Amino acid sequence: MWNYSEKVLELFYQPLNQGVIADTEEPGFAVSRGEVGSIACGDALRLHLKIDRAQDRIVDAKFQTFGCTSAIASSSALTEMVKGLTLDEALAITNQDIADYLGGLPQQKMHCSVMGQEALEKAIYHYRGIPFPHQEEEEGSLVCTCFGVSAERIRKVVQQNHLTTAEQVMSYVKAGGGCGSCLSAIDDILAEVAAAKGMTTLQKINKIQAVLAGLRPHLQADGGDVELFDIHGDRVLVHLKGACGSCASSFTTLKEVIEERLRQEVLDSLVVEAV
Amino acid sequence: MTVIYLDNNATTSVAPSVLSAMLPYLTEFYGNPSSMHRFGGQVAKALQTAREQVADLIGALPSEMIFTSCGTEGNNTAIRSALATLPDRRHIITTQVEHACVLNLCKTLEKQGYRVTYLSVDAAGQLDLMELEAALTGDTAVVSTMYANNETGVIFPVEKIGALVKSAGALFHVDAVQAVGKVPIHLQNSSIDFLTLSGHKFHAPKGTGALFVRRGVRFRPLLIGGHQERNRRGGTENVAGIVGLGQAAALAQRNLDAMASVQALRDHLEQSVLATIPDTVVNGRGSPRLPNTSNIGFKYIEGEAILLLLDREGICASSGSACTSDSLEPSHVLRAMGLPYSVLHGSIRFSLSHYTTLAEIEQVLRILPEIVGKLRALSPFSSDEEGWLHARDAALMSSV
Repeated sequence: MWNYSEKVLELFYQPLNQGVIADTEEPGFAVSRGEVGSIACGDALRLHLKIDRAQDRIVDAKFQTFGCTSAIASSSALTEMVKGLTLDEALAITNQDIADYLGGLPQQKMHCSVMGQEALEKAIYHYRGIPFPHQEEEEGSLVCTCFGVSAERIRKVVQQNHLTTAEQVMSYVKAGGGCGSCLSAIDDILAEVAAAKGMTTLQKINKIQAVLAGLRPHLQADGGDVELFDIHGDRVLVHLKGACGSCASSFTTLKEVIEERLRQEVLDSLVVEAV
Repeated sequence: MTVIYLDNNATTSVAPSVLSAMLPYLTEFYGNPSSMHRFGGQVAKALQTAREQVADLIGALPSEMIFTSCGTEGNNTAIRSALATLPDRRHIITTQVEHACVLNLCKTLEKQGYRVTYLSVDAAGQLDLMELEAALTGDTAVVSTMYANNETGVIFPVEKIGALVKSAGALFHVDAVQAVGKVPIHLQNSSIDFLTLSGHKFHAPKGTGALFVRRGVRFRPLLIGGHQERNRRGGTENVAGIVGLGQAAALAQRNLDAMASVQALRDHLEQSVLATIPDTVVNGRGSPRLPNTSNIGFKYIEGEAILLLLDREGICASSGSACTSDSLEPSHVLRAMGLPYSVLHGSIRFSLSHYTTLAEIEQVLRILPEIVGKLRALSPFSSDEEGWLHARDAALMSSV
């Protein structure tokens, strides 16, 4: 029997905010959804957010979850946590924040908190019209085919939670927990992330350039652009052109998307600054 | 809170008469059965009685029984003995739905150079005897299959399997841990060479078991030690446990006919669930099954969540759901049956015993629809949304 915290059991027995938010015609409001997981994986979450467009703020949140006790509790916790937050504040929530809100989760159940964080991110990105950075269904990028987990997702969870073993990766995103044939690939990613912490400036610049080169076509398609200007330690100075020049929120989002991608793929301590 | 215990395939309560038979051997009669004095000798007599009682339950001879500590020991002993006595043969046949102690032993043996065939099962959990026939070769040392599956209760046609095994000159081991005490077993004119049983599955205490080894079948012990069990299992006997095992075997034999009423309760549970809760299936229903076992799949919801809500009402059941174990994969048995994911994660096993009452089953039937309804209301999946679900499944499977 799992050792669940009282908060987990409370939100499982009496979940708050279960249900759906229907699409709205109400002026000034939008409904956005984020879906993560599948019935094959054993858990799935569909998160519904109602957003006040002018304030860029979440005014309501509901969830539908297929999964175990901790999946249901994590989903319910997430909806409680995000209500009233601006989208930028909500994007700052990590899976660890969700686990902390619940008074902790058993290590093997951490993937439930990761699922919550990912659904939140998906719903917000969807609302902002930003392509989701780690599409697990994307052909060729899968490391774990049993659970459909991409290298990007593994890298992100390793960096955010300071994971050091393949067993931990399994607990957080399930990767490697099926046939086990990708365990050595997971070890490679762990080694890569660990090695990144000791990069030279030149290596860092090369990696950053490579990531930006991959992002530019997407940005240019929407009328935006990015160019590396300089780096000072972990500060990455870029010339930035927003998707719609006058819109401050999209400018901020763009900066965040680039920063997040760089943190995932280069070094988790990088900070992007527009110059 | 009163407990409604429907997890008897996991373990059973010690019957009161079993406990009272054991107690003197934990207090007054503490002698070692190997000792020369009469004080120990009377204990040896109790072991002999127990040996006869256990042998009677499965239609074997007392001399064919070796007392063990558990089902795992019996299975390990039988398979390793078979391999040791047929050293020129390097092939093992088993099934995909065996207990972990057989599957993991076979994986270990593979690393040591043995070839292992894992026979598949169909959607009803049943073996294809043609597949077995094709797998048997002159190199096959042992075939090890269950008598009945612990998760679904599906019964294998062991005598038909045995006939094929004998024609290939291999040894036949049967893991009957779930079957003994629930269905009649007669080993006298059987093709089974080794049969494993475990006491705590039929109201004896944990830590007791026995391995049947047919007279004339060569044997190599797993535990090397003293002369106990006629040199076939070293170690001072678990006297009280063995006396309890014997008593439980006698009790089980007397109660075999009463299994029909256990089955009536099981059938009532199944039929009522199917009639009152939509989108449910009974796994393995197309096969002969143990009379006490019901494995029910509740579509679109997850097993661990069901178990916790049942537990809150004092109802004990179990699930092969991924979330109930350290493993991330759902039950290997249900996966081997090729059940759809919508059923796989939401399957619950109810296993009854002679102590289960109609009132308990009625209580479960009152509570279960509420629990399923509550979780289905939370779930993003439903029969209306098979579209989304199948699209997601297909996307996932196509990437595999």
